[in-house]
Amino acid sequence: MRYLPLTDADRSAMLAVIGAGSIDELFADVPAEARLAAPIAGLPGHASEMAVERHMARLSANNTTAGAVPFFLGAGAYRHHVPASVDHLIQRGEFLTAYTPYQPEIAQGTLQVLFEFQTQVARLFGTEIANASLYDGSTACWEAIAMAGRITRRGKAVLSGGLHPHYVETARTMARFTGDRLDTAAPELSATPDDEAVIARIDGETSCVVVQYPDILGRIPDLAKIASAAQAAGALLIAVVTEPVALGVLQSPGSLGADIVVGEGQSLGVGLQFGGPYLGLFGCREKYVRQLPGRLCGETVDADGKRGFVLTLSTREQHIRREKATSNICTNSGLCALAFSIHLTLLGGKGLAAMAKLSHAAARSTAAALAAIPGVAVVNSHYFNEFTVTLPRDARQVVRALADRQVLGGVSLGRLYPREEGLAKAMVVAATECTTDEDIAALAAALKEVLA
Amino acid sequence: MNVINPAGWRPAMGENVPGTPVQTFTGNRALQLEEALLFELGSADRSGVDFPATDTLDLAGLGPMARSDIPDLPGLSEPETVRHYTRLSRQNYAIDLGLFPLGSCTMKHNPRLDEKVARMPGFADVHPLQPVQTVQGALGVINELAQWLIELTGMHGVAMSPKAGAHGELCGLLCIRAALEAKGDPRDVILVPESAHGTNPATAAFAGFKVENIPATDEGRVDTAALIARLGPDVAGVMITNPNTCGLFERDLKVIADAVHAAGGYVYCDGANFNAIVGRVRPGDLGVDAMHINLHKTFSTPHGGGGPGSGPVVLSEALAPFGPLPFTARQADGSIRLIEEEQAHEDHPQAFGRMCAFHGQMGMFTRALAYILSHGADGLRQVSGDAVLNANYVLRSLDDVLDAPFGNAGHCMHEALFSDDGFAEGFSTLDLAKGLIDEGYHPMTVYFPLVVHGAMLVEPTETESKAGIDQFIGAMRSLAQRARAGDELLKSAPHLAPRRRLDETLAARRPRLVYREG
Repeated sequence: MRYLPLTDADRSAMLAVIGAGSIDELFADVPAEARLAAPIAGLPGHASEMAVERHMARLSANNTTAGAVPFFLGAGAYRHHVPASVDHLIQRGEFLTAYTPYQPEIAQGTLQVLFEFQTQVARLFGTEIANASLYDGSTACWEAIAMAGRITRRGKAVLSGGLHPHYVETARTMARFTGDRLDTAAPELSATPDDEAVIARIDGETSCVVVQYPDILGRIPDLAKIASAAQAAGALLIAVVTEPVALGVLQSPGSLGADIVVGEGQSLGVGLQFGGPYLGLFGCREKYVRQLPGRLCGETVDADGKRGFVLTLSTREQHIRREKATSNICTNSGLCALAFSIHLTLLGGKGLAAMAKLSHAAARSTAAALAAIPGVAVVNSHYFNEFTVTLPRDARQVVRALADRQVLGGVSLGRLYPREEGLAKAMVVAATECTTDEDIAALAAALKEVLA
Repeated sequence: MNVINPAGWRPAMGENVPGTPVQTFTGNRALQLEEALLFELGSADRSGVDFPATDTLDLAGLGPMARSDIPDLPGLSEPETVRHYTRLSRQNYAIDLGLFPLGSCTMKHNPRLDEKVARMPGFADVHPLQPVQTVQGALGVINELAQWLIELTGMHGVAMSPKAGAHGELCGLLCIRAALEAKGDPRDVILVPESAHGTNPATAAFAGFKVENIPATDEGRVDTAALIARLGPDVAGVMITNPNTCGLFERDLKVIADAVHAAGGYVYCDGANFNAIVGRVRPGDLGVDAMHINLHKTFSTPHGGGGPGSGPVVLSEALAPFGPLPFTARQADGSIRLIEEEQAHEDHPQAFGRMCAFHGQMGMFTRALAYILSHGADGLRQVSGDAVLNANYVLRSLDDVLDAPFGNAGHCMHEALFSDDGFAEGFSTLDLAKGLIDEGYHPMTVYFPLVVHGAMLVEPTETESKAGIDQFIGAMRSLAQRARAGDELLKSAPHLAPRRRLDETLAARRPRLVYREG
C-alpha cells in the first residue's frame, strides 16, 4: 500500500516494544462481537493510482462541464475565470497540508493570509471588520440572523422575498429548532425588488431584516432606505451578497448602512465545484465583535517585539466556551479563503471593477438577445450580471430542452420554488466575463428553437 | 530603511558581535524571509489580470446603486503575487514537512492523486443547479461514496451535505430532534461526557438542547453507571466520542446504547476518531443512531490551514427518514436521481429540511472517494491498524519519562495521552510544546482533553515511518528530561522559529482585526 510506510519488519519490532503479539491484539478493548476478523466482505480491495484515476476520469467524463458549452447559470454560484497562479499557490504543501493555526510561531503564513483576507473582505463589504470565514453563504446567513438575535434580544427575522431560497430553507431548518421566528415571502416577478414590502413587515419584535443584494432575480435593492427603516425600529440590516464581483461596480452594503454583511465568496478563486466547498464571508460593525461567530485573526507582537498574528478573541468559541459559544463552528473554509484572497490580490480594485463591468456588459448583451425572441420578456429594470426572463411555458422543461441541445441556459425558478406556480415560467440567466458573443448567439438560437 | 515594509516591523540593524546572532539589513535570515503585508506592497491601480478595455461600456443598466469609485483593494502583478504567497507559505509548518502529531486532528499524508482527481473538469467545473441529466457522473461520485460510508459503518443511510464535523453533529442532533417530534415526545436534554470535544456541547446548545455533563472514570472512560442513572423521559440522547478523546475505546458503548434506546433516547457518536477503527469496527454494530465522519480526518482530504472539511452523517434506520435534503438515489435504469425540494414530498416527506445551499462538499467527496478506492477494504483495515500501532509505540516509548495517566488502562487507540506530572516547578505543557517547535515538529494537541492536567495528546497517524517516529520519540525524550530538570531555555522557546512566543493577551485586549494605515 503506497501510502503506508511501515514494513512487516517494522511492525514486528514495534509490537515487541509494546509487548503485544499482533495488531489485532491492540483492539482488545473492542467487544469481541463487534470486532471484524477480516476486511469487510463485498467491498473491493486496494487499487493502483492508475486504476483509481481511470475510474474517476470515467465518472468525470459523464458530466457536461460548464467550460465546454454555452453556460448561463448563476443563482448563487458563478463561473468566473480564475488565474492559473491561484490554483498553483493553494497547492503549495505549506498551505494545503497545514492545520488551523493554533501554534502561531510556525503558522505565520496562514495567519497573515487570514489577516489580509479579513481586511479585503471588510473593504469589499464596506464593514469595519470581518472574520476568517465560515462554511458558505447560506450558513453565514443563518449565523448572522442568530447573531442579530443575540445583539437585539429579539426573536423575529424579516427575510426579503429576494433572498436565495436555499438560504431561506437553511434558516428555516435552524429556526424550527431554536424557536426564532422567520417572516418570509416568495419573490414576485416585478421589475424592482420588494424594498417597500420588506420595510412594511418590520415591527418592534424584529431583530433583523435580511436582504440579498443583488437579489435572487438579479434586482438591486436600495439598501440605504431599508437600513434606515430597520434601524429606526431597533432592528439590524443584514445584507447578503451571493455574487461579490458585483461590488466592483455597486456601492458596498456597509457604506449603505448595513450592520452585518454576509456572502458567498465562491465566485473569486474557488470555482463551481458542483456546490462545494465554498466560502462563507462575514463582516460587521466593530462594536459587535464579541458576538461574532467563527475564527478571528488579530495583529500582535512576539517576545522580540516583531509584528505577528494570532487567532484571537477565542473566548467566543466552542473549544473554550463549550455550550455558551457564539457558534459551534470549528473547521471553516481556510483554503477557499486563501484562493479568494489570492484572486482578489491579482485583481486589485481596478481589476475587480473591470471584471464586474465586463460581466455586466455580457449580461446586457444576453438580455438584449433573449428579449428579441417572441414570448420572452426580461423582468428586471436593473441588474448586475444576472436577470430574470419569463417564458411562454414551464421553464424547467425549457432548461432541460436547452441542455439536450448542449446549452446550459439558466436556472428555472420552478426548480428553486417548486411550490410557487406563479414562478414556473421564469428563469434566471447569468453572464460573466467568460461569456462570449458566440455563447450568447448559441443560447438565443437554441431558445428560439425550443420555444418554436 | 526597509522600503518594502514601511509600516511593519522595521528591523534595527544592530552591531554584529561575535557569538550572537548575525544582524541583517532586511531582517531576513537566509531562507527565512520576512514578508510585508499586501496593503504595504500593493495599490488599487495595479493588477495581475489583463482585461479588455472597459471605458466605453454602457453601465446604465446597473441603476442607482452603481458606485462611482474603485474598491479600495490593493492589487499586485502576477510575479509579485506569486512571491508574496510563496514567501508566506514558508512561514508555515505542514504535514509535507514533517510529523504533525496533533491529537484528535488526524494530520496524515494527503495523497496528490486526490488533488488531481478533484480538479477533473467534470467535478470542478460543473454548476450545482445544472439539469441532473448533465451531472450524472458527479452524482455518481456522491452515491458511490455514500455507499462506502454506509458499508464501512454498518448504518442504514447517510446525509452527505454537512460541511464539516460540527455541522455534521448539528445534522445528527436535528435528526434526533425531528424523530422525537414525530413521535410527539419532545425531550430537551443531551448528555455529553466531560471529555468531549467543545463542539459537542456547543452544537447541542445551537440545536436548542440543554447540555448536561457526564463524568469520566479514573480509567478515562465515560462513567457508564452515572450515565445510565441520568436517563429518563427528558433525555433526548447522548453524544459519545468513540474512540474517545483520551485515546481509549469506550468498551461499554453497546451497553450504553441499549440503555439509552430502552429509555426512549438516541445515541450520537462523534466520529472524529473513526480513523482508529475504520475497517475493524462498525458503529452500527454498537447501537449508534447517528455519527458524522470527518472526511478531512479519516479519509485524508487536506486540512488547508483550517478547512474546508466535510462531515457526512451516517444514520440508523430509526433516524434515516428525517435526514436533510438533498440526497441521491440510484434508480432501476442505473441513472441517479437528486432528491431536493421538488421531489421531497413524495420521496422523503419527513426530511427536517436543508442544512446549506446546494449538495455538500463535492470537492471533498471526490478526494475521499479516491482515497477510499486507493486503499480498498483491506488497505483501510491496515490504516487503522498502523495508526493504532504507531500510537501505542509512542506511548510505550515515552511512558518512562512522561506521565501516561491511563497507561495502565490497556492499549490506547490511535493517540497517546500524557500529562505534565513530574515536570519541574514552574514548567508546563506549553513549554514542552514550544520546545518541540525548535526541534522541527508541530506540537501535539495541548490542554485537551480537559480531564487530564496539562494534557498532551499525540496522534502520529499511519503515514509515518518507523524511522521518523523514532526521531520524534528521541526529541520528546530530550524535551521531557529538560522539563523535568527545569531547563530555563525551554521557558522561552521557541528560539529558532520565524517568530518567538506571541502576545495573545495584547491581541485580545486591543483587537486589530484589519489593516489600517498609520
